[in-house]
Amino acid sequence: MIRVVLPAHLRTLAKVDGEVQVDVTGPVTTRSVLDALEANYPVLRGTIRDHVTLQRRAFLRYFVCSEDWSLESPDAPLPDAIASGAEPFYVIGAIAGG
Amino acid sequence: MSKMRVLVGTHKGAFILSSDGKRKNWEVSEPLFAGWEIYHMKGSPADPNRIYASQTSGWFGQIIQRSSDGGKTWETPGGEKMPAPGEFPSGASNKFVYDTSEETGKPLTTHQWYDGTQHPWEFKRVWHLEPSLTDPDTVYAGVEDAALFKSTDGAHSWQELAGLRGHGTGPKWSPGAGGMGLHSILLDAKNPQRMYVAISAAGAFRTDDGGKTWKPINRGLKSNYIPNPEAEVGHCVHHIALHQSRPDTVFMQKHWDVMRTDNAGDQWREVSGNLPTDFGFVIDVHAHEPETIYVVPIKSDGHHFPIDGKLHVYRSRTGGNEWEALTKGLPQRDCYVNVLRDAMAVDSLDPCGIYFGTTGGQVYCSSDAGDTWQPIAENLPAVFSVEVQTLP
Repeated sequence: MIRVVLPAHLRTLAKVDGEVQVDVTGPVTTRSVLDALEANYPVLRGTIRDHVTLQRRAFLRYFVCSEDWSLESPDAPLPDAIASGAEPFYVIGAIAGG
Repeated sequence: MSKMRVLVGTHKGAFILSSDGKRKNWEVSEPLFAGWEIYHMKGSPADPNRIYASQTSGWFGQIIQRSSDGGKTWETPGGEKMPAPGEFPSGASNKFVYDTSEETGKPLTTHQWYDGTQHPWEFKRVWHLEPSLTDPDTVYAGVEDAALFKSTDGAHSWQELAGLRGHGTGPKWSPGAGGMGLHSILLDAKNPQRMYVAISAAGAFRTDDGGKTWKPINRGLKSNYIPNPEAEVGHCVHHIALHQSRPDTVFMQKHWDVMRTDNAGDQWREVSGNLPTDFGFVIDVHAHEPETIYVVPIKSDGHHFPIDGKLHVYRSRTGGNEWEALTKGLPQRDCYVNVLRDAMAVDSLDPCGIYFGTTGGQVYCSSDAGDTWQPIAENLPAVFSVEVQTLP
């Protein structure tokens, strides 16, 4: 079970409180975690990644085990702590815009 | 007695203002979609309980919200749980993908950028939602970068009417200071095949075949801020409006100049007349008097607030040229707000009600066709759009 922490606006949109949990089959990567997240919460499609290119939206970042994972390959294996559920996968909104 | 429902889109959420037909006492809802930009919200003329809203964010992109109970509850069409294995997945209501296929239009991937170079077409947000006059599940979306999309399944899925971008002048379109948005969509109740749209800063366009083919309709416009002031495209049209009894007559608030056409845009003429300034954003038409029109003059493109701190609506009962200032109930000192292009609406009662919202968060209503005004909300976030529904 993968734990995912979403920004407040996306929690509201997905109608969830706190962390969400998703199951990933196969390698645990940024891509597979987000695929599973969007499968469980289709309303989030297009809000984290572009619908077509699947590129991360510019004002969002991914944090994993206190490290910025945003620029890593989406197919890079995530740390064991994420795969085991010991640590959550964070989607963070940039502090921007005043 | 009728009931009124005013749909207000703001910088930080949407609000529904409710009143009876007297239009004196109003209730303001809790914020909907709090924290998000609501560019536009509009009800279906065919079913007033069906309302569409454009919810957008620089962080999270575009969301389309839909209500089927007059705004009490909302859903994101296609955003439900994924279907069971073997079931066909629903669409994604926030998926706006430009059509570049050979079959439906010339592939068109770039437009003119600020520096004159070509720039890729990139979807940013939905500026305006225009529900069909007859079918609650059909709705049009005007988007930035400028294009027109249509949904026939209640906003589950969207298809671009690519003939607009692909008709030939698309590579010459360029963004205005606020972006390159398709902000105005006018449907013709007498002729379902006809539609008008307007784009900043490209101009106005018309289709006579339901959106398959389009042509620019900007003859008569003169914009001194572009290299060729009378160019086929490139005009910064701020808003257009018509009265359904006379759909060949369209009124326009251009960046500068108030204009009208009486032949469906084939030729425009200026009707700014005695306005103190003909810069502005909104324009609308009285519900029962097709020659009575309203604008809110703004000092200039460099100021974006009223002249001398006095908020005036101007009304012409002659279809332009002769204008009168309407001030009773509006602030006449220290007022430096703007009224954005989609932030004026009229109801269908008699006397006709006029509504507009400001960037200062006020929404004003006149229940006597503009003679007197009252604020019906005063401390909202900056107002982007105002629509009104007259309910039985």
